[in-house]
Amino acid sequence: MSQQPHSHGINDGSHESHGSLKSYIIGFVLSLVLTVIPLVAVLNDMVNGNAALVVLLVTAVLQFIVQLVFFMHLREEKKPRWNLMALILGIVIVLTIVLGSVWIMEYNNIV
Amino acid sequence: MANHGNEAAAVHHGHGHDHGHEGHHDLEALRQMGFWLFLITDCILFGTLFATYIVLHHNTAGGPTASELFEMPGVIAETFILLTSSFTSGLAVLSMNRGDRKGLIGWLIVTAILGASFIGLELSEFIKMVGDGAKISTSAFLSGFFTLVGTHGLHVSVGLCWMIALMIQLSRRGITPVTRRKVNIISLYWHFLDVVWIFVFTIVYMMGVM
Repeated sequence: MSQQPHSHGINDGSHESHGSLKSYIIGFVLSLVLTVIPLVAVLNDMVNGNAALVVLLVTAVLQFIVQLVFFMHLREEKKPRWNLMALILGIVIVLTIVLGSVWIMEYNNIV
Repeated sequence: MANHGNEAAAVHHGHGHDHGHEGHHDLEALRQMGFWLFLITDCILFGTLFATYIVLHHNTAGGPTASELFEMPGVIAETFILLTSSFTSGLAVLSMNRGDRKGLIGWLIVTAILGASFIGLELSEFIKMVGDGAKISTSAFLSGFFTLVGTHGLHVSVGLCWMIALMIQLSRRGITPVTRRKVNIISLYWHFLDVVWIFVFTIVYMMGVM
């Protein structure tokens, strides 16, 4: 196979060119900030107990969204948005497994 | 070579000469979608391991607890290393979109070095724990911990081997629609591993030492 038709194919396919340097840098800075916040807040005992749990979980979920939007380009997907639908199904299954397990096994501590 | 066979098949499936590239592009897009579905099933795998860990993490059976065991400086370093490597794998994709093969391979090398140092830190952490008597068989908490964190580490190691193979292929074949799809996929995989690590960092380490 010659290289020429391939490189032509790349130019044809470049309408999917995802992301820019700017969006990657914004995503990187946001993810650094979202890592430093829980570290500073929790390790210095600025928040405790349930408040600390909330800070940790909220920053983790925000970090997840930052990665999806700025690095994995979820928002740039063309319709129909199969990737997003598959992701939502996956999140529903994971939350069912994790929250369901925690909920059921809580009864071990009661009985 | 097998990929060349597939390319030929893809072109043959197109109805005319004009449609050949379009069909090829669709096939690569479909493969990328298939990889995304794999990542979703991998999420479910990690979901079950997280559920197991969360349920068992108080059952230390007289062994060390999370707050006694974890040493945060190493873990914090691992976290920033993996975050940075997620960013550099994105820069590799940007170089590829510009058609810059040297930049692409260069950023992949940086990503692989960061990934290897992550694995190195994690392994030395594990070895130290086992040396201190915190083995996978010590308690239910440690079984859950080593399985969850070890599975993530295994994913990173597999990603490293794959990335090295891809760099060899890129240096031999250049940026073709097939290698282009492969780079997109490995960068997706790497971001995914970073996402899983964020939850390992939060749920295992931060909540463990809290």
